[in-house]
Parts: sequence; structure tokens; C-alpha cells
Amino acid sequence: MHTEPATTPLSAPLVVGFDYTRSLGPVLGRFMSGLRDGRVLGSRSSDGRIHVPPLEYDPLTHAPVTTLVEVRPVGTVVSWTWSYRPLDGQPLSRPFGWALIRLDGADTTLLHAVDAGGPERMRTGLRVRVRWAADRVGHIRDIECFEPSGDASAAPAAGPPATADGEVTMMTTPIRLNYRHTASTEESRYLRALAEGRLLGQRCPVCRKVYVPPRVCPADGVPPTDEVVVLADRGTITTFCVVNVPFAGQRLDPPYVVGQVLLDGADIALQSLILGCPADEVRMGMRVAAVWRPREQWSTTPDNIAHFRPTGEPDAPYESYADQL
Amino acid sequence: MTDVAIIGFAQSRSRPEAGTTSGVETLVPVFAQALSDAGLSRREVDFWCSGSSDYLAGRAFSFVNAVDAIGAYPPICESHVEMDAAWALYEAYVKILAGEAETALVYGFGKSSAGELRRVLALQLDPYVAAPLWPDSVSVAALQARLGVEAGMFSERDMAEVAARSRRDAAGNPYAQLSGETTADELLTAPYLADPLRVHDCAPVSDGAAAVVLAAGDRARRHRERPAWITGIAHRVDPPGLGERDLTAVASAAAAAAAAGLAGDLDAVELHAPFTHQELLLRAALELPGGVRINPSGGVLCGNPMFSAGLSRIGAAAERVMSGRARRVAGHATSGPALQQNLVCVMEA
Repeated sequence: MHTEPATTPLSAPLVVGFDYTRSLGPVLGRFMSGLRDGRVLGSRSSDGRIHVPPLEYDPLTHAPVTTLVEVRPVGTVVSWTWSYRPLDGQPLSRPFGWALIRLDGADTTLLHAVDAGGPERMRTGLRVRVRWAADRVGHIRDIECFEPSGDASAAPAAGPPATADGEVTMMTTPIRLNYRHTASTEESRYLRALAEGRLLGQRCPVCRKVYVPPRVCPADGVPPTDEVVVLADRGTITTFCVVNVPFAGQRLDPPYVVGQVLLDGADIALQSLILGCPADEVRMGMRVAAVWRPREQWSTTPDNIAHFRPTGEPDAPYESYADQL
Repeated sequence: MTDVAIIGFAQSRSRPEAGTTSGVETLVPVFAQALSDAGLSRREVDFWCSGSSDYLAGRAFSFVNAVDAIGAYPPICESHVEMDAAWALYEAYVKILAGEAETALVYGFGKSSAGELRRVLALQLDPYVAAPLWPDSVSVAALQARLGVEAGMFSERDMAEVAARSRRDAAGNPYAQLSGETTADELLTAPYLADPLRVHDCAPVSDGAAAVVLAAGDRARRHRERPAWITGIAHRVDPPGLGERDLTAVASAAAAAAAAGLAGDLDAVELHAPFTHQELLLRAALELPGGVRINPSGGVLCGNPMFSAGLSRIGAAAERVMSGRARRVAGHATSGPALQQNLVCVMEA
């Protein structure tokens, strides 16, 4: 046991991405199909108002909307702002205007981008028209953006849709978010020790349990002290499962074993891959040791330990790990 | 009917970048301080309720992780809302009214700086027709601000005056991220960030956390000499479509205020207005008389930790009652784009 100085927290980029695939339902399905075909549809509510984008339920009667009517792809800017530095994913990569646009024939406004060139060309009351995307699939981005229409009130021409068969029922929207993940001081100390081939635990000052990785004690709600416990890279399997099911991103061919390994001297188990014997030989109480990757591959990551393997020692008695189950 | 009061409040300092993505370490001292303020021990809390969002820091189940800061052994009674923690306070208030708890600790936390906040917040918009365009939160607010300016409700100078007053008031607030002496004239020389908004019109990106302790009737009296009794609390929501509502009227704020019994005889009110024009819209919607002290803390324009800033408005207002500086106050919180959802909490000594 010894203390180690506090270290600056580690951080690293983290990209979270997912292609959200959504079913559209009868109203939005027709709206998106309309965009694909170069037409803008709005919903009519019981008070006679036309909503663009359409509502699925009448805001007054709460009845499902059944009536969609076509409005013109030309309209008027009701409010606007200017985007000097467009962000990832926005409709245009050069500076553009955001606007609430009331299309001719509609009573509500649609939010979209206006490719006006500069803020001096934007104003409330500006007449704009849809610029259709070249490849239209049934998505709000089938409207590439709006553009000032000048005095001309002619509707913009839409080329043929990319796909034209039937009504659009699904839409896919890729979402990508960029983060910087920041570890705690204690986690950072743990990760830096891993890069040197050492496993560090830290003791809760209240319950005296040794946590690995170090963390705010989930039983007492207090952070660990600087009292560091250097742990052996061997321990006991408390429980395990045999993975038989293939899934996306899987690195090994099933079946293989993932186990909870209680390192000697720790009070909480780590999860790890268990290799080095047939899956059906792995058992509770089995003694295992870490198999480190080659030293030149080590960095501040738990991946430095490739897996745990059986040591061949006699099994640990059940009582020695019963509290960790 | 059971009376419910706020008996403790604590917040971390708002910082442009602080703490881990999980927020657990930030919460530990905030809990300790709020409980100490309330004269309550951790084991005496019957119900824990939090507000946060996984999108903020890109961490799945971050609210589960945050429970580590509570010390959930033996097991606790806990809940969570994916909104500002002011709505968690509402849940805790109802839980106490229902007789299921006598005390509650409500907390909010978030690391807004972990991602690109204005872009992350685009994902709270309609996922079919709005979010796929990534309209960022500053641009959406700017569309609302222009509607107010062009309707003659206020000017860009009025907006700058809100920012200048807020920064002056924040000089006395040790938790504020921005503060200092400035003038509208000086602020108006800055370029637009998103016309008609300049940087001073927008709350800064802040990391932080806050906690409020609630207690029922005699329990509150036992723990606190001068509890801030909740005389009314209500929340309302406007339609999600930005083009479906009058963005300058903030009907949901007016409706929440009416339901909470908000009157003009307030000593102070803390408004959750992340943009200068939104304070002006809220003052109109809530029909606040000119004499009411608004945002004596400096408000969120001087520090806006997402998911706890609304709760902190209620806590900061309650703190004025508990410390004897005010008799009747109100706290307001907002959630969603362009003041879509609003909560009003009226408190008195």
C-alpha cells in the first residue's frame, strides 16, 4: 500500500453514431412521398387551417388527420437568422440563412435553410422557393434548401424522383455526435498504471473495500482517498457466462467465455475474456491469471490485458468469493 | 393537504469545462452541502430524483452511474427525468404530497462541454421534419428573438441591457461563470453570432450540478428555522412544432404561472432564460410588475449548466426566503427549444 500523487485527468475523443430508422405512418408517409415526387403537402385541421409540416392529429378535436392538400413550393420568410459557420449535417456547408417559411396556401411555418449568399439579402417578407434535391427518396432533405425567388412566382421544377414506386413508409436519418470523454482523476491514475503493466485499486475510506477500477464508493457515496493498492494480475472467477450468440462487432467466434475475475486483494470483480481452456471447463472458483499483450502495445487502456487464462492452481473455496456474487 | 417546503440548496460553480463525463465526482460535494444546509443525513432522504440527459455527454445510462454519488446501499428509492431537474423537483413534490415520502433530494447534473452543445440540442426537435436539418439551439432562439424585435416587443438594446444587468448582479454570485461591469453600448459593438443574437445574448456553455432538499410539514419545520414553503407549482407545454405556436407569447409559461398562483407581489423571481430576449418574453408572459427583482443571482446568462440550471433557479429563489432576505419569491424553469416547456414554483416564508 502506498500513495501516488494526483494526476491530471485523461480525456479522449468519442464519436457516437447511429442511423435512426423511423416508420412514418399515414400522414408523414404521404408528406415524405410528396417531397420525393416534388410536391409539398399540408394537413387540414378542423378549423380549416393548413399545417406545413403536417400534423398527424387535429390539435382541436384530436382526431387523426385524413385530409392532406398540396401547397405551393413558394413562400414567404416570417423570421430568419444567419448561420455564419454552418455546423456538421446542416443543409448547406457555406454560410446560409435559417428561416421560418410560410408556404403559399399554408397557415403555419416550416423551418428550413435559405441559400441567400449573405445576411444582407435576408429579410422578413422575403419571397423564397424550394430548391429540390437531385436525388429524392422521401425525406425532409429532399428539399435541399430554399432560395430567393425574386419577383418570379413560378414554382420551381423538380426533376424525376430517384425512386418512385409506392408510398414511402420509412426514413433513415444518420446521427453523428462528437464528444470528448473525460475520465476521473482516479480512473486516470488507474489507466496510466495499466500503461506500465500495473493494476491499481483504491480503498473506500468508509467501508474500506478496495475498488478496481477506482470509483466513488457506490455504497457510501464517497470518493476514494489517495491510498493506492497494487493488485496482483491474478485472481478467481466468481461467475461467468458462455457467449453462444453471434452479434455485430463480435471479435471472437462463439462459443467463448466472459467471466468476472476477483483479483487477489480486491473487493470488486473485473469483467474479462477467459481463454486458454475449453468453454465447458470454466467454473466458479477457477484460478486465473492475466495474459498481457506485448509490452510495446501497452497504452492507457484495459485492452493491455488480452484475456485471463487458467493457472492450474486448486480452485478457490466458495466462501472466498461468496460476498462478490 | 400536506405542506411541502424547500429546506436546502447547493450548487457547484458553473465552469466552462470541469469534471468527468459521468458527473459523479461533481455531485458528491453538492449532495454533502445540500444535506448539511438542510440539516439532514443521507440515510434520512426518502426519495432521490434527478434530471439529466445522456445526449449531453454521450454516455448511456449516465443517471444510473450518478447513483454512485448517493451511496445506494442499503437500497434507495430513486427516479429520473430526461429534463431539467426542476421537473424532477415536481415529481418529488408530488411524491411527498402523495404521502410516499417525507423528505426528498432532487439533483441535476451535466457536462455540457463534452459535446457541441448547440448541435446536440438540435436532437430535441421533431425527428422527422426538423432534427434531420440540424437546426442548432442558438439559431432556433434567434428566430424567436427576431419575431419579438420585429413585433416591437423589445429592441436589441433592451436585450443588451438584460445581459449587462445580469453580469453586474452575478458579481455577487460566487457560482457564476461570467460577471462584471459592462454597458449595453459596449455589448452592442460585438458582431452577431446569429442575427439578432450576439454572444452576450446567449448563455455560456457550462458544466455543473445542483441539489435541492424538500421536506413535508413538521419535518421541514424541524430541520429548518425558515423553510421556503411551496404555495404553488405547475408546468405546462406548448406544441413541439416551431411553426405551430406564437413563439413570442410563451403561452405555456403564462398557463403555468396562473396554475401556480403567481401574483405580482414577489420580492424576487429567478427566471430560467438562456437567451436575453427570453427573459423579456417571460416577463411579458408572466406579467411581472416593474418593481419585482429579476434574477438577483445573475441568472443563467452568467452560468447555464444544462439540466441543473432550472432547478438552481428554484433553489436560488428559495435560498432568499430561507436566509430571510425575501418573504415571497418564485423560481421558473424551462426545457425544450425556444421556451417550449415552462415550470413555475411560488414559495414563501
